[in-house]
Amino acid sequence: MKRALTGFVGAVLEAWQELRIHRTRVLLSLIGVAVAVCSLTTVVALGAIVQQANEELSERSSGRPATLYLSAYSDGTGAGGSAEIDGELMDATWAETLERYDVTYGSRVLSGSQNVGFVDGIVPVGVQAVDQPYGEMHRVRVSEGAWFTPGDALQLAPRLIVNQIFWERIGSPDLATHPTVKLGGQGAQPTTIAVVTGVTPVASYETEPSMFMLVDQFAAVQAADPTGGGGGAGGFADPFAGGAQTQYEMWVPPALAEPLIPLLQRDFTAALGEGVQVDVFRQDFAQYGDDPFLVTKLVVGGIAVLVLLLGALGLVNIALVTVKQRVREIGIRRSFGATAGRVFFAVMMESVVATVAAGIAGVVAAVLIVQSPWVRDLVGQGMITDFPPFPVDAALLGLVAATAVGALAGLLPALVAVRVKVIDAIRY
Amino acid sequence: MSLLHLSEVTRTVIPPDQPALTILNGVDLTVEPGDRVSIVGRSGSGKSTLLNLMGLLDQPTSGTLTFDDRPVKSYSSAERDRVRGARIGFIFQQFNLLPGRTALENVTMPLLYASGTQFWRRKAIAAEMLEQVGLGHRLTSLPDRLSGGEQQRVAIARSLVRGPSLILADEPTGALDLDTGQTVMELIDDVATRTGAALVIITHDPAIATRARDHYRLDRGVLRRADAGVGERTAALAADGAGASGAGAFGASA
Repeated sequence: MKRALTGFVGAVLEAWQELRIHRTRVLLSLIGVAVAVCSLTTVVALGAIVQQANEELSERSSGRPATLYLSAYSDGTGAGGSAEIDGELMDATWAETLERYDVTYGSRVLSGSQNVGFVDGIVPVGVQAVDQPYGEMHRVRVSEGAWFTPGDALQLAPRLIVNQIFWERIGSPDLATHPTVKLGGQGAQPTTIAVVTGVTPVASYETEPSMFMLVDQFAAVQAADPTGGGGGAGGFADPFAGGAQTQYEMWVPPALAEPLIPLLQRDFTAALGEGVQVDVFRQDFAQYGDDPFLVTKLVVGGIAVLVLLLGALGLVNIALVTVKQRVREIGIRRSFGATAGRVFFAVMMESVVATVAAGIAGVVAAVLIVQSPWVRDLVGQGMITDFPPFPVDAALLGLVAATAVGALAGLLPALVAVRVKVIDAIRY
Repeated sequence: MSLLHLSEVTRTVIPPDQPALTILNGVDLTVEPGDRVSIVGRSGSGKSTLLNLMGLLDQPTSGTLTFDDRPVKSYSSAERDRVRGARIGFIFQQFNLLPGRTALENVTMPLLYASGTQFWRRKAIAAEMLEQVGLGHRLTSLPDRLSGGEQQRVAIARSLVRGPSLILADEPTGALDLDTGQTVMELIDDVATRTGAALVIITHDPAIATRARDHYRLDRGVLRRADAGVGERTAALAADGAGASGAGAFGASA
């Protein structure tokens, strides 16, 4: 035990002396390792960020895993031969279903447009009418104010979450002052007063104002319009006439998605009667196998490993040349009592101590590169507003890789060092 | 009880694509604690191989080699390394100081392989040793800033720092001028006497060899005793064609 302690301390001291004396060589070889670790960490970190961004974008458009979409259409063979489905019945069945299966996150989604009275005139603005849970289901980010609260549905004045363009067009008012705009149904004079409660950021390609409304408030405004259709949210528009069509979606645990599909189909078919076709399907990114980003990961990982291998090769090269020069020194040490194990450990230690230091430098450089605004712009292309933080995995991977490369690169010279013939080494 | 004993030791190597080469042939040698032994031989006579064996760096092909009356074959490789570190001190012709390390660091080096007090107090012990060889004022000097004689003194301090019972000196004055060689030899004799260590000097210089008490000649792998008497020895050395002018009277006085 005592010997092990002095052996360890002695080997570290030897390694340190060695590094101190061969500063230049060590520094040069370390630059190679630092660059390799930096590239590896950067590639992995960027890969992780791109993947995260992709996932978020997919989730924003088609929901988080697992999101079930439900649609129903009439094939005209039902009672009365009507091609339309009763929207109110559909809505009621939906509400009942959410309750029956204890689904917290369910939303109707309806696209339409409303006339908004801006200072410079009345403009039709695209509306996405949703239920309150939609914000959580689609990771909707709100830069000012807040997403709808459950209480908003009870308000008489419709609540609006507008995009940045809309908000700027009304003069970027402080939301604490409850700014209002006038709304009217499609083609109608804006007369309904609505309150803006939140602002969403816009992607660089968006140029038009748009907004979110709660489905019931949207339907109420539409219904108040003499030219608009009446009835439930799902029924007031004819899909073939280019009007709005309600979609129904729910966010459920991925494991429950598959068993739930036939149940939903059965319940809705029973409720809506004959002649109605009910489709339930998944559309989130995770539906395609376990990991839709596997290919991206493999490509990025492959490049990273190649980069690291090149770094390791350079290191092994330098270490081998160096150990040849040090044969004499190793012989001297052996003749003064250094055991083979001790020489092996000391040579190995040098390599590991040095590469760990280089690894830390490489990871720090990688963090600086990945977090720099220039690289963020390049990777994000203006599509991503909320960059994920530097992935801890990537930093850890960089350090582990540096240590492993140090141990690997140290192994060969350490083996050479152990095989040194002592007297030959000293006498030549 | 003998410190080092070689009995009928043979060492054979087999070069690639060539017949076996016998380098040492039936060598008998006993070194007792405190002995002074010189081994003289020409280049290629097998001196290095003998040094390897005595320094526990190599194993005989046949015959027995014992250290402290224990056959060296029975030691594990690590045990041999540890015994070598603790009990044997090497002094080389080319000094073999570690470049880039100060005199103090060079003398500290063997203590890095010790344990206990020797390890933890290594700097103090090394400084004291350098003081003893008269280099107390050059602790922080690098080898290339030291003269040949000073470098060999550092090497001597290094070989003695762990208090070995056997000092193996391989041509210790070979790289020094005559006067410096004499001084260095006196120092080696002196510290060996003080510490009670046995001293084996391998040399081709008869002047150095005569300082020892027991004299051997190594010729084509065969070791013969060469010190039947002072007269014969001088005659033998004279016959060897080398000048014996530098020979001191160490053998008689020690």
